[in-house]
Amino acid sequence: MQATPSPAKAEDQLSLVVFSGDLDKILAAMIIAIGASAFDMKVNLFFTFWATAALRAPKKKSKGKKLIEKMFGFMLPKGMDKLALSKMQMGGMGAAMIKGIMKKQHVASLPEMFATAAELGIQINICEMSMKLMGFKREEMIDYPNMQVCGVATFLADAADSKIQLFI
Amino acid sequence: MTSDELKKLKAVKIVDARAVACPGPLLAAKKAMGDLESGELMEVYSSDEGTKVDIPKWCGKMGHEYLGFAESDSYFSVFLTKA
Repeated sequence: MQATPSPAKAEDQLSLVVFSGDLDKILAAMIIAIGASAFDMKVNLFFTFWATAALRAPKKKSKGKKLIEKMFGFMLPKGMDKLALSKMQMGGMGAAMIKGIMKKQHVASLPEMFATAAELGIQINICEMSMKLMGFKREEMIDYPNMQVCGVATFLADAADSKIQLFI
Repeated sequence: MTSDELKKLKAVKIVDARAVACPGPLLAAKKAMGDLESGELMEVYSSDEGTKVDIPKWCGKMGHEYLGFAESDSYFSVFLTKA
């Protein structure tokens, strides 16, 4: 008799695609990620397209960029403090107001959430293709312990082993 | 358990999460679990209403026993014992 291979079992893992570069959506992604860590789940965040701009370090620079890459770099938010809201942005007033309300309501700021995520061992994977499209280089991204640049196969391999997969 | 019964309990670990919003209280409870032995009682202070619904759900998944909550003046306490 032939032994049938047992089907792969989804692990207690959360794999989340962070696509949006909006402040509110990245906040939602980080809250879910940190919450999942409290459930002892391993968390993988796959940052792609507009979300990659959130991972730029405001003070880091990278040399040897082409004109179009420089233009993208100039147009896109330089880091998580510069992100805009998906609604009610009002030329920057919206983001400033929501940050004020968050502080008053004791909601952690985005940089605080990234620090917590780092402490919890939450994995951040940055889509290499998106980095190329936006003209971002690895050396201009934030310092974060569990962070790597990779491709869609990494997300798929993680997602295949995850009980929860989300796209934000 | 009733609120009065809960208030009489002596927690081994008190977690004050009144200064943090979601997911702060959950994370604070999770971190403090490491300081407890199985069966020991934890009391979580929170002023985040969602915590009353969230902690029982979290206990259900993690195997901890949720005992209930008791209201105080400007916050409430959630009681649970470690799995």
